[in-house]
Amino acid sequence: MTCIDASGMDYAALNAAIRAHDGDIIIQNCMGQRFIGAGAQNHTIQIYGIPGNALGAYLDGATVEVFGNAQDAVGDTMNAGRIVIRGDIGDTAGYAMRGGRIYVHGNAGYRTGIHMKAYQDKLPVLVIGGRTGSFLGEYQAGGVIVVLGLDAVGERPIVSNFPCNGIHGGKLFLRSDCAEIAFPEQVTARPATPEDMAEIEEYLREFCALLDFDFDMLYASRYTVVTPDSQNPYQQMYVAN
Amino acid sequence: MGIQWNYPEFEVVRNDSRCIRCQVCARQCANEVHRYEAEIDAMISDESRCVNCQRCVSLCPTRALKIVKSDCRLRENANWNQDAIREIYKQAESGGVLLSSMGNPKPYPVYWDKILMNASQVTNPSIDPLREPMETRVSLGKKPSKVERDENGRLKCELSPQIQLSMPVMFSAMSYGSISYNAHLSLARAASELGVCWNTGEGGLHQDFYQYGAHTIVQVASGRFGVHKQYLEAGAAVEIKMGQGAKPGIGGHLPGAKVGPDVSRTRMIPEGSDAISPAPHHDIYSIEDLRQLVYSLKEATAYQKPVIVKVAAVHNIAAIASGIARSGADIIAIDGFRGGTGAAPTRIRDSVGIPIELALAAVDRRLRDEGIRNNVSLVVGGSVRSSADVVKAIALGADACYIATAAVLALGCHLCRTCQSGKCNWGIATQRPDLVKRLNPDIGSQRLINLMTAWNHEIKELMGGMGINSIEALRGNRLMLRGIGLNEKELQILGISHAGE
Repeated sequence: MTCIDASGMDYAALNAAIRAHDGDIIIQNCMGQRFIGAGAQNHTIQIYGIPGNALGAYLDGATVEVFGNAQDAVGDTMNAGRIVIRGDIGDTAGYAMRGGRIYVHGNAGYRTGIHMKAYQDKLPVLVIGGRTGSFLGEYQAGGVIVVLGLDAVGERPIVSNFPCNGIHGGKLFLRSDCAEIAFPEQVTARPATPEDMAEIEEYLREFCALLDFDFDMLYASRYTVVTPDSQNPYQQMYVAN
Repeated sequence: MGIQWNYPEFEVVRNDSRCIRCQVCARQCANEVHRYEAEIDAMISDESRCVNCQRCVSLCPTRALKIVKSDCRLRENANWNQDAIREIYKQAESGGVLLSSMGNPKPYPVYWDKILMNASQVTNPSIDPLREPMETRVSLGKKPSKVERDENGRLKCELSPQIQLSMPVMFSAMSYGSISYNAHLSLARAASELGVCWNTGEGGLHQDFYQYGAHTIVQVASGRFGVHKQYLEAGAAVEIKMGQGAKPGIGGHLPGAKVGPDVSRTRMIPEGSDAISPAPHHDIYSIEDLRQLVYSLKEATAYQKPVIVKVAAVHNIAAIASGIARSGADIIAIDGFRGGTGAAPTRIRDSVGIPIELALAAVDRRLRDEGIRNNVSLVVGGSVRSSADVVKAIALGADACYIATAAVLALGCHLCRTCQSGKCNWGIATQRPDLVKRLNPDIGSQRLINLMTAWNHEIKELMGGMGINSIEALRGNRLMLRGIGLNEKELQILGISHAGE
């Protein structure tokens, strides 16, 4: 385990230092450095402090754990690996990720899980412990998004406005009856069945084990499952000219 | 049968005295225009299905066929012309958005054709490229703007990563999905043999083509199809696609029907699923955000690859390019409004964007005025049709050109402009195996090599005539250009004088 003190380092220097090590790495005093772990394949990277935008972009197998909050674009275009955030995250988490898992203890910002895909045996999983901002799962083409709404304060819904616009694949699990959430026309939102829940049992167990939540309580909760009605929602709109 | 609002656009004219009933035309037409009626021993045509791709004409062994534009005309006038009326009928019938293919066909000015080049007479003698060395190699990337030395006084020789090209022309982005495996293979092989680059487009790089990586530009678009670490590392450069000349402000949409097993594997999306590239990158709302994507790609490739940012030529292109040049990008690619596409809404294709000639001149001047021209190389496309266009583009300030329509023409495209149907009889814009195999990659790549080799000779001839023996000395050399029939404003934007001045 190599320890890197990130104090006063810019992102290029920090990331060069990370690339220079094959083994596991602890980053201390992280303060907004971007692109940590970009494309990383083998490391385990533990980060104390707050990493900057695009943490784990193109991640390709490495494990990243953050003891704090993270910023925008966590796991952008992630291919494989695992990112665990013990705090909140910013916007566009999991943009176009096609594999691996992102577990977030707290809340996520806008456009969470936008453009998530799935492919052959690759199934990306994004579990948000708290709430998400607007445009959750926009253009989602595959994968699983779970929003748990833990520590929800007040009456706000666990998902903000305009979720699932343009969705054409994948599945969302929202721990709520979603009565107050307006979904677009091309999706079906229905209560989760035991078969649905079995699909996410593994992820919830891992999430709870990593982030110290009560699995039984979470698994027993009521979820709404959201799926698109069609893989081809736009095929009627055109006429050849 | 109900009312047929639109009479077929083309007529199939068959010279029956020449027709030997071989039925090649019937077998070759994916649109099923021709069929053989055994009872009457005759070939029958349904011209309503004809797109005038000329496949049957080209393969008819007795030259018995020709396709002509129908002279059955609506009562059009100068305002309500035939196309305008037909489009109304189509939309009134279907309620659909009009979808077209290939570049803007409208009669807007083509500035290349209003620019003339210079040649040496008496003084500054011209050069004969057959006898004297001429340099058409270019390297694209950030160039140092001043000489720097280390503490021992030695020159610092580390350059930003560059793409090396044997001539200032590359094959522009066309995705696997929009065009076929054999089309990609032809482009990849030709680029490698020529020492230039081809471009994956936004549909990923087929596993079979990683061997051509040194001559491949890998594209990253808003859908991030097929983008992963190995892909980024495979290419000679990474291109961020922000926009496309044929459809500025519009994303891409490959229908699920075209996402078969192979395209699915390459794009890394489920089979049969639509591949939707939204118009914006949802993580880019500013130059600062763009900088973030540029540097995330540089970090993921350990700063070994130049990053290209491709944008469509639109109204404030000079300011946009200035922002891109400050974003850390190494190369800016600008695509003019005549650029081709596999499918674009007709209204967007025909009325959004500006000509590349004006965009290029405006951008080059702006970057020079701001002292940041060396931060980036400029690549322009949409549409560059000949070596003369290339030379004019370079004299207007480009480092290199992108060609795509010209490249698919070399592969056999006949500009029938129905790529969106997926039934390309020439095996280019299709995924149907029986059609794809019609494009022989050995022949296709050779035709591309022939075209580029011919252009390179012509570029040298044109340069030699001007008394210039290096492409470097031509770049931005607007004194070599004169406008013909252009107004003051156009000349001012192009930064050239009028012919006779």
